[in-house]
Amino acid sequence: MHAIEKLLAKKAGKSKVLTGEIINCEIDMAGINDLYLQTLRSFFEMGGKKVHDPSKVIMFLDHYAPASTITQAANQKQFREFCWDQGIDLLMDIDQGVCHQVLADKGLAYPGEIVVITDSHTTTHGAFGAFGTGVGATDLAIILATGKLWFRVPEIIKINFEGKLPKGVYAKDAILHAIGKLGADYAVYKAVEFGGSMLQHLSISERMALCNMSTEMGAKASYIQPDAITMAFLEEKVTRAYEIYHTDADFHYADEVSFDVSELKPQLAAPSSVDNVFDVSQFIGRHIDQAYLGSCTGGRAEDIGIAAHILRGKKVAPRTRFVIVPASKGVLLEAMEKGYVKTLIEAGATFVTPGCAACLGTHEGMIASGETCITTTNRNFPGRMGDTKAEIFLGSPAAVAAAALMGEIVDPTLYM
Amino acid sequence: MQKILSGNAFVFGNNVDTDQIYPGRFVEFTDVEDVAKYAMFGADPDFTKKIKKGDFIVAGTNFGCGSSREHAAITLKAVGVGAIIAESFARIFYRNAINLGVPLIVCPDISKLIQAGGSLSVDLHSGAITGEKGLIATAEPMSEYVLNILESGGIKPLIKRQLEAENRL
Repeated sequence: MHAIEKLLAKKAGKSKVLTGEIINCEIDMAGINDLYLQTLRSFFEMGGKKVHDPSKVIMFLDHYAPASTITQAANQKQFREFCWDQGIDLLMDIDQGVCHQVLADKGLAYPGEIVVITDSHTTTHGAFGAFGTGVGATDLAIILATGKLWFRVPEIIKINFEGKLPKGVYAKDAILHAIGKLGADYAVYKAVEFGGSMLQHLSISERMALCNMSTEMGAKASYIQPDAITMAFLEEKVTRAYEIYHTDADFHYADEVSFDVSELKPQLAAPSSVDNVFDVSQFIGRHIDQAYLGSCTGGRAEDIGIAAHILRGKKVAPRTRFVIVPASKGVLLEAMEKGYVKTLIEAGATFVTPGCAACLGTHEGMIASGETCITTTNRNFPGRMGDTKAEIFLGSPAAVAAAALMGEIVDPTLYM
Repeated sequence: MQKILSGNAFVFGNNVDTDQIYPGRFVEFTDVEDVAKYAMFGADPDFTKKIKKGDFIVAGTNFGCGSSREHAAITLKAVGVGAIIAESFARIFYRNAINLGVPLIVCPDISKLIQAGGSLSVDLHSGAITGEKGLIATAEPMSEYVLNILESGGIKPLIKRQLEAENRL
């Protein structure tokens, strides 16, 4: 069996599970975000009265943090009141940041855990050896009511990245390259394990970016086998008990693919799909109206540090704006302590407080018709960050910061 | 649940994402009457004027990819989409739609077989998709688990019954 299958079997109270089998699993952590008031509505529509186990529920006011409209404010008010009424102590209010980063910062993402959030990028928690998956509002309401949720045991694919990434090339480039080659629907319904020698050189921050983006190839969950890098992070952050599972030597993957990343060039996903991926050289000189660094994909302290390195003592290009949104309070504090915030504000960047902001086209950095944005986020669908006639390029933090500096798409390896 | 559905087909391409089905800037709306106003708004702003109750959406691969927003399934149900026939569905959208009782039909090559729309009938049990000139394709069978949810009118009545049974114990 695979580590993921062992984890699912344990949570379903079974000794083994088979691919395709429908199982009902205990959920260790169920997260709701502030987009989905429907979660509470579905809970009450199903006759829910008291949440099954409030200690296993976490509420994130992140997508609309802080509220930009009266409707958003009213929705957030209902979420807060629900938490107070139900004894949900893990209310992550508008000061905290994006759900996935907050879970990591607070030591609530750990090996062997099943974490389910009303957010498609919950695959991020594979970076910690957890089974993280996104669901809709009604599925989450079922967990609130019963503590459990049904899953189909997924086929498991292994994607190996071999070699060490060149300077100025990041995990984001590696995963965009893989999505470009494999397609946006390659892993639909399946779980993806990441392996290969590249991982030995990847920090937790970059591993989170890798697992986060597995959603963009359709994955249900992702997984990185915990190693020394994971353990160092867990020792620093996690106080609760956890269990690390291992894949049996005779396990057969549904598919296994390998990419040599030792000479990979910086990658960009061009408008308007995440699998429309090219070397950055294809777009050199394209004018950029807005560079955007943020989100659960590319808004961590390391990402902000890369931007500070590129822009130290320099200025953002005159006809370009640079919006930076730290993924969490912890990220913002670290970026302040390390001097990145001062460097970047002096360079002309605009800081937004932690949250999802314009990544999903709701507020704080929307783009207009005819504008072009380069971003460290995860989606470039039409209208994702504003007008449907705006164009969005996805790239690494270095590609975004270098474009902010020059006002056009450039090869970021020349600015490191 | 009705066994044979019929209506007109509205045809879309591959990778129709949830921002096209229901743009992010409208997610703050939570009442179904408001959510219904923006069905497919990112792909075709006039869709809600054309769709009639019982009509079908036909699409290529990975329909509903992207965000977990249940709004995408709620809006299509609210405007009366009878079923969605696609070559494949993104996972979260699949769960969301089935949970709401909206039939999702997986049928290989359907976007090539039905390119121009027209009237269709779909037999949910046999999977037969029939057009004006006869049988077009046979869809993949639905799992018993999914059929049970659909036949119960979505997952909410099922969970409601389960909770009531637990409370009686």
